[in-house]
Amino acid sequence: MSLVLNHVTKKFGNDTAVNNLSLEIPDSEMFGFLGGNGAGKTTTFRMILGLLDITEGNITWNGSKINYRTSDVIGYLPEERGLYPKLKVKDQLVYLGKLRGMTKSEVLTELDQWLERFKVPEYIDKKVEELSKGNQQKIQFISAVIHKPKLLILDEPFSGLDPINVELLKDAVIDLKNQGTSIVFSSHRMEHVEELCEHLCILHKGSPVVQGSLREIKQSFGKKNLIIHADMPLEFLKDYSGVLKYKKLAEGCELQIENEDLSQKIFSALQNKGFVRKFNLEEPSLNDIFIEKVGAAYE
Amino acid sequence: MPLMNKFWIILSHTYMTKVKSKSFFISTALILFFIVAIANMNNIIELFSSEDKNKIAVIDESGVLFDPLNQSIESTNEDVELILYENSTDEAKEEVQEGELGALVVLSLDENEFPEASYYANNISDNSTESMLEQQIQQIKVVMATQKAGIDQQILADIYEPITFTKNALSEGAKTSEELNQARGIVYVMLFILYMAVMIYGTMIATDVATEKSSRVMEILVSSASPITHMLAKIVGIALLGLTQIILILAVSYVMILSKKDELTGGFFEYFGIQNTSVSTYVYGIVFFLLGYLLYATLAAMLGSLVSRVEEVQQLITPMTLLIIVAFMLSMVGINMPESNIITVTSFIPFFTPMVMFLRVGMLEVPIWEVALSLGLLIGTIALFTIIGARVYKGGVLMYGKSSSLKDIKKAIALSKKEK
Repeated sequence: MSLVLNHVTKKFGNDTAVNNLSLEIPDSEMFGFLGGNGAGKTTTFRMILGLLDITEGNITWNGSKINYRTSDVIGYLPEERGLYPKLKVKDQLVYLGKLRGMTKSEVLTELDQWLERFKVPEYIDKKVEELSKGNQQKIQFISAVIHKPKLLILDEPFSGLDPINVELLKDAVIDLKNQGTSIVFSSHRMEHVEELCEHLCILHKGSPVVQGSLREIKQSFGKKNLIIHADMPLEFLKDYSGVLKYKKLAEGCELQIENEDLSQKIFSALQNKGFVRKFNLEEPSLNDIFIEKVGAAYE
Repeated sequence: MPLMNKFWIILSHTYMTKVKSKSFFISTALILFFIVAIANMNNIIELFSSEDKNKIAVIDESGVLFDPLNQSIESTNEDVELILYENSTDEAKEEVQEGELGALVVLSLDENEFPEASYYANNISDNSTESMLEQQIQQIKVVMATQKAGIDQQILADIYEPITFTKNALSEGAKTSEELNQARGIVYVMLFILYMAVMIYGTMIATDVATEKSSRVMEILVSSASPITHMLAKIVGIALLGLTQIILILAVSYVMILSKKDELTGGFFEYFGIQNTSVSTYVYGIVFFLLGYLLYATLAAMLGSLVSRVEEVQQLITPMTLLIIVAFMLSMVGINMPESNIITVTSFIPFFTPMVMFLRVGMLEVPIWEVALSLGLLIGTIALFTIIGARVYKGGVLMYGKSSSLKDIKKAIALSKKEK
């Protein structure tokens, strides 16, 4: 069970929205799509769902093409809220659930559990337009997962939510993954992708600029972050060869260094100079990688 | 799940949410109320009209005219009562002004001993009373004049006897003028229903599609059912809604007709030809109705899929509305001259066929090949628009822009194209 994108290209007229994208998302995996606005994330999702035809290449799910016969095992949460504003939550989900092959009673049982889980059981008879944006997003999320999809596509699932609700939704996503659902999701919040995804892809102007497992990407990036807290001036490190970035902190500094080995040299250089309270070698954050890669692509 | 199943889910959702909606309830209730009101019009008019007859004072200066006038009015006109007035003309005029009398007529004889009359009323807009009086006095004059000339009253009666004038159509199968009148009535009614239905339900489809699109729920819908399934289910769902409304209206009308049978036979019904119209007219009516609905519904769904905001619907369906209006105007002209060239030609243009060809088959004897040809063209056009519509729909529902125009049809088709 896996989703495979094979050299997928999408052109609108002369504009290339997605350029030669290949990837494989195994079962029970969470895959993150990163990219700025207009990078091609939504277009890729629409192609996976079969809403847009592919200009070149192909997309398969379990070896066969995705079409309306497989749509019952796919869940989709679009970037924009997509609900009937005038319809009650219950009627809404019964309709959408039925369209995904559920019976009315199945929908109602599941809906009760989900509303309970999201701590909003009183919304069942409310119209969607009466709910706040964040609560609408919860309903939207339920509509995407109520039929227990095997493949779940989440386009910016956490936008517009407060931190508590982000946690609620994140937990739900992780549970679904553990139950065997393959999840593809997009975000421009790096920390969410970093926290949730094993594999990821950074899209820039339709082309994948970074792709692979989170650990590999970080390792192959090479550069590390070094945080030093000390009682002496550290400005001299700015001109140290191999130090790429220097940022002054209240209690010391944060450095980006070319490679791991350099940290040993810096450690030695600091010895006997004064009291070092913290010397911390860290993996680069996804944010650093994103800015570097996408920034580089801009130049 | 089989695709057919999704068709039914969308159809029943469309139908049920609309049937349960307040607007449907209110509009249907209003229409039914009007039907009941029209059927009981006689009672309602009686309720408001005063019991008193229209009293008209007569001052007869000749002394011989009142009796014959009174006699003939009593026998022909129930609503008017003549009173021989004894007081002066001025007093009578005052009473008319105060509203105690409806009007005043002063009768006298001129120099030739023939009657003449002056009519006084507060206003002379109620033409019927005046002309009725004028006619009656004219008749008295005729009687007096012929008596004077010594002509026998029997001869006079013979002179005024209407001649027998029958109209006969020679072409075989052509309708007799009586049949034509009846056909005109039923055709008129059915054209009107078609016009209203296409207008109301066409707009409803376009608005519905636009609502789903603007609320972005469309993106979820088309990810679980194909756009063409969705479009067709929507069209059929709203058609069923329309049928529900029409059946309700017909049922109430039927009950009203049954309960008012005695009062209503003749007049109205004879004019509208409901009593004995041939079955074929009804069959044609239903066929053209359904096809006409389908054509415009497909068009409406296609146009609705292009707009990004519900407010833009009216603007974008204007061309469609104009087509319907032109079709209706043509058929209104054609109802009085069904054989004219323009009607014959336009009955083959698919947008006008449902109304204009129906008018022709309802009123004339149209060769079967002509009907078949127009039906073929119509069905072909519907099929074409369903294919184009589905294409536009697929692209259109994913397309959001600042303003919508008909140019977007091209963009939408491009968006749904396989290869570029």
